[in-house]
Amino acid sequence: MNIADFINYWIAMFLLVTGIYIVIARGNLVKKLVGLSIFQTSVYLIYISPSKIIGATAPIRAPGFTDYSNPLPHVLILTAIVVGVATIALGLALVVRIHEAYGTIEEDEIHEQDQDAT
Amino acid sequence: MIESNLPALQVVLPLIAAPLCLLLRRSTLAWLVAWSASWSAAAISIAILLKVLSSGTISYAFGGWAPPWGIEYRVDPLNGFVLVLVSVVAALIVPYARRSLLAEIRSRQHYLFWTAYLLCLTGLLGVTITGDAFNVFVFLEISSLATYILIAYGQDRRALVASYQYLIMGTIGATFIVIGVGLLYLMTGTLNLADMAQRIAQMPLVRPELAALAFLTVGISLKLALFPLHLWLPNAYAYAPSVSTAFLAATATKVAVYLLIRFMYTVFGQSGIFDNLPFEEMLIALSLAAMFLASIVAVFQDDVKRMFAYSSVAQIGYMTLGIGLANASGLTGAIVHLFNHAVAKGAIFLLLGCVALCVGQPVISKMSGLAKRMPLTAAGLVVGGLSLIGIPGTVGFVSKWYLVMAAVEKGWWWLAGLVVISSLLAVVYVWRLIEVCYFREPSQKMSEAKEAPLSMLIPAWVFVFACIYFGLDTSTTVGTAAIAAQSLLESMQ
Repeated sequence: MNIADFINYWIAMFLLVTGIYIVIARGNLVKKLVGLSIFQTSVYLIYISPSKIIGATAPIRAPGFTDYSNPLPHVLILTAIVVGVATIALGLALVVRIHEAYGTIEEDEIHEQDQDAT
Repeated sequence: MIESNLPALQVVLPLIAAPLCLLLRRSTLAWLVAWSASWSAAAISIAILLKVLSSGTISYAFGGWAPPWGIEYRVDPLNGFVLVLVSVVAALIVPYARRSLLAEIRSRQHYLFWTAYLLCLTGLLGVTITGDAFNVFVFLEISSLATYILIAYGQDRRALVASYQYLIMGTIGATFIVIGVGLLYLMTGTLNLADMAQRIAQMPLVRPELAALAFLTVGISLKLALFPLHLWLPNAYAYAPSVSTAFLAATATKVAVYLLIRFMYTVFGQSGIFDNLPFEEMLIALSLAAMFLASIVAVFQDDVKRMFAYSSVAQIGYMTLGIGLANASGLTGAIVHLFNHAVAKGAIFLLLGCVALCVGQPVISKMSGLAKRMPLTAAGLVVGGLSLIGIPGTVGFVSKWYLVMAAVEKGWWWLAGLVVISSLLAVVYVWRLIEVCYFREPSQKMSEAKEAPLSMLIPAWVFVFACIYFGLDTSTTVGTAAIAAQSLLESMQ
């Protein structure tokens, strides 16, 4: 088993862990969303990698082509990308509203303001 | 024609009504659209459940593409039951919401609220009805995105932060679910849940299946707020508008519980994956932790909505306990408790909405003397509270009875004892509320308060009556739940 054969999966796992790490470790609300986006993107790779066969085409029958890639994961990931975009958009909209309400987008400062209020 | 397409209409109707609300823009018009869509959805779900109970599982091939290639909507007694629960709760909340929304949200934003409400309903119904693994994810995200909006409408600015936190945790949960589904698809080559179950059963056990189980369990547990993963729930429930809290508390977590049952029993049930895995023990341990720790935390809360939010975490523990026990009584208990808790919590949060309208934020110190000024509201809260404790004659008793039975059947007397002891913790926090409402003199602000309007009290009291009715006449709820549990356990053999 050659490590390079699974390079896609290594990259996917690296992105997955990086994304989660950013979500946990960063206090800035926008940076957290960036982390979340990276985390979601890694899943796209997990789906696409096994369904792509190198040298194969989209499954349209034509003379000269014998190998076809599985189209279903590609379609699923198109849907997942749309979901991801919607999530990040909503998240950023919330951050804008939080900034209007608190005047900051740092988690610890928001927490402090809430503590002072109660 | 219409009858054969009911499963599709169940989801499509609120889905079409949602953008309609957006286009109409008028508060009243949007409300009427939400009204008709949710009540039609409730009627459809009841029709579907009756059909399932009389003639067995319904399989609906979407667009005429035969499963497992096309998307299948599959209704058996279990998800038929959950469909009725979700859509009836949603329908009852709509008439209630009119007054409550006028007080809590600016009226030019109402149509947006109703759009999100209907989308959330669409998502929840979709997750429940679909027989396709990826469809589950898509509908879950539709409902979650709408939920974040419903929470962010809260008056308190902390609602925004609560919504943001839920967005982060919810998205991580949903992404874990996609990873799990993806791994299962890689191993089985199908997305249809029933087909997947068969293929997993025939395959030797391989590691990606274990990974898929782990990802799915953690992802779904985040959504259902299983203990250590419940952190998003208390703030979200406490700061959301009253209507959103009642709707989410009664439906959203219940659908996630259903999803856990579906994956654990239907998809992985025949695979033997649990044979060498302390999965059930782990679920029971976490459930017990939820039942005790969340109840203890609830005792010390001053914000009443927050108190009942922690109580929700504890009550979800009872459901997962029943799932973990994995025998007929336990599973019946879990499914019945899913219904019973939805009814009880629906009643409580709707009545707290009445308090919020007439007195202001339901904080325990401000609620003194509630019974003198708002007797119907206070009485309803007492019934809901008793139901959370599990007093005989209320719904809570029925489900706890089955859980205790399940523990005894397994010979785990200590577990039966723990279920009873944890109920005593509920006595403490419910009594705290009763004491303040009934035995204290009304405060200045309270003495000016009047009983809530009937448009809010009637829907709330429908839930309160349901708490008592289904506690006395258990044939409908327990009957359906027992059939559902039976069919799940049979599918495992």
